[in-house]
Amino acid sequence: MNRLDQILDYCDTTAFDLHFTGAKKWKAEDASRVLVGYLPIYFPREVIHAANGMAVGIMGSGDRKQIIKGDAYYQSYICHLPRGVIEMGLDDNLKGFDGFIFPAICDCIRNLSGMFRVAKKGKFSRYFDYPQNFKTHIGGDFYREEILKVLDDIKDINGIKPDKEALNKSIGLYNINRRLIERIYDIRQTYPWRLSAVETYHVIRAGLAMTVEEHNSILEEVVSIIEKNERGEPMDNIRVVVSGSFCEQPPIGLIKSVEMAGCYIVDDDFMLGSRWIQGDIDDKTDDPIEAIVQAYLNQSTFSSAVYDVGNPKGKRLVELVKKRKADGVIFSAASFCDPALLDRPEMQKECDAAGIPHINFQYHENTGQFKVIKEQAGTFSDSIKLWA
Amino acid sequence: MSKVQQEAIKERSMVLQKDMLAKQFTELSMAKELGKKVVYTFVPGNLTELILSFDLLPVYPEINALQSGMRKKSAAYIRDAEKIGFSEDVCTYVKCDIGMMLNGNIGPTGEKLPEPDLLLLSYTGCFTFMKWFENLERLYPGVPVAMLHTPYQEDGKITQDQVDYMVKQLKEEVIPKMEMVSGKKFDMDRLSSMLEKSAKSEDLLVKVLQSAKRVPSPIDAYFAGVYYIGPIFTAFRGTDEAVEYYQELWNEVQERMAAGLGPVTPEGELKEEKFRLVMEGPPNWTNFREFWKIFYDMGAVIVASTYTKVGGTYDTGFRHDPSQPLESLAKYCMGCYTNMNLPQRIDLIENYVKEYKADGFLINSIKSCNSFSAGQLMIMREIEKRAGIPVGFIESDLVDPRYFSYANIKNRLESYFQMLEQRKIILAQQ
Ligand code: SF4
Ligand code: SF4
Repeated sequence: MNRLDQILDYCDTTAFDLHFTGAKKWKAEDASRVLVGYLPIYFPREVIHAANGMAVGIMGSGDRKQIIKGDAYYQSYICHLPRGVIEMGLDDNLKGFDGFIFPAICDCIRNLSGMFRVAKKGKFSRYFDYPQNFKTHIGGDFYREEILKVLDDIKDINGIKPDKEALNKSIGLYNINRRLIERIYDIRQTYPWRLSAVETYHVIRAGLAMTVEEHNSILEEVVSIIEKNERGEPMDNIRVVVSGSFCEQPPIGLIKSVEMAGCYIVDDDFMLGSRWIQGDIDDKTDDPIEAIVQAYLNQSTFSSAVYDVGNPKGKRLVELVKKRKADGVIFSAASFCDPALLDRPEMQKECDAAGIPHINFQYHENTGQFKVIKEQAGTFSDSIKLWA
Repeated sequence: MSKVQQEAIKERSMVLQKDMLAKQFTELSMAKELGKKVVYTFVPGNLTELILSFDLLPVYPEINALQSGMRKKSAAYIRDAEKIGFSEDVCTYVKCDIGMMLNGNIGPTGEKLPEPDLLLLSYTGCFTFMKWFENLERLYPGVPVAMLHTPYQEDGKITQDQVDYMVKQLKEEVIPKMEMVSGKKFDMDRLSSMLEKSAKSEDLLVKVLQSAKRVPSPIDAYFAGVYYIGPIFTAFRGTDEAVEYYQELWNEVQERMAAGLGPVTPEGELKEEKFRLVMEGPPNWTNFREFWKIFYDMGAVIVASTYTKVGGTYDTGFRHDPSQPLESLAKYCMGCYTNMNLPQRIDLIENYVKEYKADGFLINSIKSCNSFSAGQLMIMREIEKRAGIPVGFIESDLVDPRYFSYANIKNRLESYFQMLEQRKIILAQQ
């Protein structure tokens, strides 16, 4: 097995290890380390890192775990993600986690935070609210308090309150992480065949379950390999942006089907949290928390979780399509996902206005049949090639 | 007091409310001629007093959706919204409202609703509100939007930093936009005096709701409760009319108590109270009367409900406070039921079961509404465990008739009431 294949194999295993073995091993090595699980989409992991912790992304159980108890906690018309997460919580999967963070994204995740409290999971479980006001002294002050509450939670566990140096150092590491991830997307923009969408997904998702230091070194290796070496073969595929899969993750089979149907995925919002902040956060500052706050207020990507008046997501999607020189958009959202599905009509309208073709479908994280999706994506690809 | 007199008094509060609504919608239909500016906003965490203090007229899209449901118009509206790309899976209140706009924005009284001059997004207890308003903002391009983000009571309490955040938003975002749209300066004294009236109405509403602690209960706190909360949850809180309405309602309820009478329903007065229930979740509007009748036929009274707290949890002590106008608006927004965390919701329901001597706890789970519904099955288990009473679960929707199956719901409720009956027999034998 060549080096890249080895890395990819390791990332695949780590990304889908629903027992988070690597992260738990890391914690076991030092009694002052804390493990904090966070749900989609974004969370400023820097602050946990600086407090000698690891923020582990919990992206649902996908199609890797049979849901038995979870279904008894959720009605049929609620998306799949929280039932997988509660199942993991009630089983052993999340044993050893010190706490859980539920970033504000929708009412399902919000209420799930309460379910974790009722079920007494972890030493703390916190709904982490984001300001929908973007002025520094209003939304910014509020957001700072949210971050400080989490830092207090961690201090209660390990007694560590990170100082300026520690925070700046963590910010620096995550800056590198974000840069490397963007570098992969940039390389793939020109050479999408060098790393498939599924491989890219594995590499990035694995980063949610390991230290940022380890992830950075993996990303560096991947970048250096695909930057210089040809891999795979260019195909007569169209180029698409996938939008709407930011929370409940599509099954790998779905991503694969889209690619096999003749679509290079040149951008997507699968692991949106890891790419949320656009550009670097100041890591040489006297007030690192303020730097994180400012980054959220001014450098956030567009998302269905954020109030967008003044900078509508439809327009930003169109810009992304242009930047990536994509031929079309695939709107792919989890069934019953209000945030994604309520945004869809408007985003489609913007695409229409810009002459960008699009298709849409819905999925569950454990969907097993992709025939229809493959056919739909294939027809989409053919029609674009025909009329291009 | 004779029966005829009781009927006359009973009807006065209803007549009052009907008149208030008619006047409100007439005013709305003439808003442009009258030179009045219009604000679209939501029920939970609404800023009615503040809006009225600027002489602005509020419109509540949720109420329009609810009314469309009751008037059997929602099915067509929802279909129209789905035609323009809204998924079958999303909140039907939003689709109903968008469909209504696509069809000329004709309000509940058959008159066209005025277009908004301000979109006031008081985003309390529901994430979908934000999406809803992003859509409205696009339907009414150029109309200013004021966003009031209400933090969630994630820790089961309201913290000072949250209050500060909201007050700053009120001062720097909401009030300046209201001043701009209305052309009037903010008047703190006027707001204060309105809040004083709010508190009076709130005192009276609480008395009405708590009258259901009596056995038998003189009111139904869910089906009739949705009428009782109407004025205070919407355009009238802080007005003299609202105080008058609640005074009248309370007088009627007192008379019913004195006479030992049960709740008034559309089928007539409930003669025998067989079961006392606590209800969680909004009602179904498309088949409201049929739904209510199932309970009437079984002799079941809802003695406390969570839905009647979406626009404020006054029965746990909150009152608008004229001495702290903006802080109290902030606390009001944060205190609304769906802005409470799950453990708080469970505690509240558990207390209701005890204080209102309920025989059972029932959830009407709404397909549309994740804010209410996500987590309800856990609420149900916890209440069963803690209160030791039979729990029941039915499913419907607010305004999408496709999700109201009369036969299904009736069957489920019949078996549930049988269970309650058996339990009563067993308890009586012990
Ligand atoms: S998939 Fe959508 S609805 Fe479900 S938890 Fe995530 S954001 Fe919420
Ligand atoms: S999700 Fe529920 S609370 Fe939110 S708008 Fe829809 S019906 Fe209302």
